[in-house]
Amino acid sequence: MLDSPALALAGVEVSLGGRRVLDGLTFTASPGVVTGLLGPNGAGKTTTIRVLTGLVPFRGEARVLGHPAGDPDALARLGLMPQSTGAWSGIRPLELLRYLANLYTHPHDVDALTEALGITAFARTPYRRLSGGQQQAVNLAGALVGRPEFVLLDEPTAGMDPHARRRTWTLIRQLADAGVGVLLTTHAMDEAAHLADHVWIMDAGRITVDGTVADLTATESLEDVFLRHTGTGA
Amino acid sequence: MTRATLDLSPSPGAAPRARRILAHARTEASLLLRNGEQLLLALVIPLGLLVAGMLFGDRIGLDPVAFPASVLALALWSTSFTSLAITTAFERRYGVLERLVATPLTRSDLITGKALASASIAGGQVLLVAVVAVALGWRPEVQPLPLLGAVVAAVLALVAFASFALALAGRLRAEATLAVANLIYLVVAAGGALVLPLASYPAWAQPLLAALPPAQLGETLRGAASGSVSPLHLVGLALWAAVALLVARKAFRWTS
Repeated sequence: MLDSPALALAGVEVSLGGRRVLDGLTFTASPGVVTGLLGPNGAGKTTTIRVLTGLVPFRGEARVLGHPAGDPDALARLGLMPQSTGAWSGIRPLELLRYLANLYTHPHDVDALTEALGITAFARTPYRRLSGGQQQAVNLAGALVGRPEFVLLDEPTAGMDPHARRRTWTLIRQLADAGVGVLLTTHAMDEAAHLADHVWIMDAGRITVDGTVADLTATESLEDVFLRHTGTGA
Repeated sequence: MTRATLDLSPSPGAAPRARRILAHARTEASLLLRNGEQLLLALVIPLGLLVAGMLFGDRIGLDPVAFPASVLALALWSTSFTSLAITTAFERRYGVLERLVATPLTRSDLITGKALASASIAGGQVLLVAVVAVALGWRPEVQPLPLLGAVVAAVLALVAFASFALALAGRLRAEATLAVANLIYLVVAAGGALVLPLASYPAWAQPLLAALPPAQLGETLRGAASGSVSPLHLVGLALWAAVALLVARKAFRWTS
């Protein structure tokens, strides 16, 4: 049986400040697999996530878990790991995660989650005093605490040390194996090659090429494919 | 180090609305009470003014019945406008609002939670200022109708000030909001007939100030302390609350 896509964007256009940020963006992401959305800085990856969470007005069609993007029923089933910060500066990780857990019916046990993500050691340190990698770990925990059906991970390992990066990769794989759909935006080729079941490469607000990592890298590296299909909008 | 094993299988679901709103209100209120600058605005400045006014106010002719009511108005103003504008602007800047949008917390939950947090802090301020004022000799003329008028005025003013705060925070950068909100706080506190009675301003300025919500709140609270309330001020506050809500609805943006 073919699953209907968890995310489906068709001809999405977004203009911000007179500049066309998304220009007919069309892609899908299936449930229970890792979908990589690759693009250089400024390609529109973060704006794409904002479209999916209903934060920016757009033209075209965007559906999330069977609902129009921004629908509260879909938002409650998503987990979002933002690219930067995403928390009050004075809040402590444990406090943030307990607060987020309170918004859901069947959240993860917060202590178990903090231990699994290696957060326990800094769980009582105000967010502003955490390193970039520690903040990312907290953001990832925040995306998972509600046991989502689909997670949007915006540059999830930026700022992480190699240990935390590997731990996060393992977790992302485990998420997909457990049936959670993952949209991973990144410009780290090794991350996409290691994790993604299907890759969409975007440039200047539109998809330029897509396929499985195996298909795309049959004759050249993923980085070569990326370089060949991006840079037109620069 | 061993890592706990988690069952990562999906099991999403939104908690009941009341629990979501309470969770948000509790978090916002506790963060606000932990922030030194916000505490200064919410408690230290009003209480300092109150104590100074009650102890030495007679030397400059401060009315000992009206002055604590003025301090209450100032406390409500600082919490519902300045503190809210600054905290919300930094929530946008830090991506908190963007992050919360992908949770079961709906936009109306978030606004209600914010309102509940601000109202709880305002309630605490009013109680503390009133208790300290009474301890320092404040003896307002408590009558049911003016007291009800004062409560209604406070609620309407909270809505109006908070809506303008959200409109400001939803449009400007965080640093600009910080500067503008503090500037407006000072201008209104010093010259908006919020703290000093309208009658103490030049005759030409009085009609203009009387048409603005800070003066309408200050005059209503001072009037209630002496046993009278002007319905005109209440009507004015209701109109401002309605206009401010519309402005906030139009102007607020969730991302920075």
